[in-house]
Amino acid sequence: MIWQLDVIILTLVIISGIAAITIKDLLGAAILFGAYSFLMCLLWAIMGAVDVAFTEASVGAGVSTVLFVAAVFQTTRRSKD
Amino acid sequence: MKAIAFITVMLCGSLIMFSTFEFPDWGDPQSPASSHLSPYFIEQSLVDTAVPNIVTAVLADYRGFDTMFETTVIFAAGLACFFLLRTFTKKSRTERLYRHSSTGIIINIKKGGKRPDDSSKFERIDSLWTPYDLIIKTTCRLIIPSIQLFALYVIAHGHHSPGGGFQGGVILGASIILLAISNDLRSTLRRMSEKASAIMAAAGVLIYVGTGLLCLLMGAAFLDYEALAPLLQSGRIMARSHGILIVEIGVGLAVMAVMIWLYYNISSAGKHDEGL
Amino acid sequence: MNDLITLVASKYNYWAFIILMMLGLYAMIVKKNLVKKIIGMNIFQTSIILFYISVGAKEHATIPIIEHSHGAETHPIQAINYINPLPHVLMLTAIVVSVATLGVALALAIRVYRQYGTLEENEIQSQINQV
Repeated sequence: MIWQLDVIILTLVIISGIAAITIKDLLGAAILFGAYSFLMCLLWAIMGAVDVAFTEASVGAGVSTVLFVAAVFQTTRRSKD
Repeated sequence: MKAIAFITVMLCGSLIMFSTFEFPDWGDPQSPASSHLSPYFIEQSLVDTAVPNIVTAVLADYRGFDTMFETTVIFAAGLACFFLLRTFTKKSRTERLYRHSSTGIIINIKKGGKRPDDSSKFERIDSLWTPYDLIIKTTCRLIIPSIQLFALYVIAHGHHSPGGGFQGGVILGASIILLAISNDLRSTLRRMSEKASAIMAAAGVLIYVGTGLLCLLMGAAFLDYEALAPLLQSGRIMARSHGILIVEIGVGLAVMAVMIWLYYNISSAGKHDEGL
Repeated sequence: MNDLITLVASKYNYWAFIILMMLGLYAMIVKKNLVKKIIGMNIFQTSIILFYISVGAKEHATIPIIEHSHGAETHPIQAINYINPLPHVLMLTAIVVSVATLGVALALAIRVYRQYGTLEENEIQSQINQV
């Protein structure tokens, strides 16, 4: 487990998590959430959990992001906070 | 409100952080999580079940009850989404948009009006219309069968490589979602209707529970795959491996159908007239 | 100083997990938009999954798929060479449950929007109080 790679990806995960919550455009929040999900999948693949990373890549960065974008299209795109 | 929440979160975080000094070191082979049950799983699962992928063996054989109820949970989620959102309106009460192909004029047939009968010149469109794109449609026509083949490989090869029922089922569902995004929702509904996907979801759960009941009928405990050995005509260890495969197929079927069902209901808000 | 460095190096993944979990909890409490609350819930769930996976990691151990399983020779399988597979199994269930919860939560959000015309919590509250 290479600790440099670990630290960089953990930092990116925290930054994208903060950004997904703070941004005011809901479509941007959905896309950032997809990026957060994909970075988590990378983190678990580094730690050796290959089955879990496979599932998170297909579910989190695939179907979950599509469902979010579909729901944002059916409701409003701006949020006030 | 924000100040209270901030203080609460900081307090919780610092309490948990204070308790991490008692946790075992990261990567310690002698930590309590790795000392009691998991050495048995690592050393005995190949001998007991002839499946090299330890995670699949534990998931579908040693912890089969959890997986059965998880399949039920995801079926219940698809059902709940259907009951929350689905509205059945008569076709004559919604308004439809048609586009004349040569001039580009869009006409709007309101409720109760007659459709234009010369269907070769008028085509039905969604309210967000994009012109026919050759690249997207050709690429998706080439990619979707390859995705489905890969998903079937992932389900079937779950014994020897990372994969299994869930992953393959989600990838299969994602291929149909790709079809629905690249073409419009109505043509996908013609190929794979909502009724078919609901019946497939129930069939997936039925395959799982049915395998358990079959083991019960053969005289052993529920979900004890060794009792299936006379039916499958193999040794007792290989019967466990085949039992895991049958159960993973059931799980994959259920997960695929529920992903498609969720997408149909969420992207059209229950009306099933136009999607993303 | 050496003590501090070994302490940080052996526990930094727990601290990252705590930061993520508190981030998700803060988003669920403070944000007024319903979709932001749902995103906070998912961040919370994935941070818990990260914690379990990092508990199961082992140094100098390989992934839990037994190699060289075909053929007549059988290497003795030692538990110290393989990563603990039990948290992986539990977390597979957790991921699938999280996507199921996400589907139902988004369906509820669409219903609320259809009924009240907005997704902000304070506006929904004032519309309910007016009736």
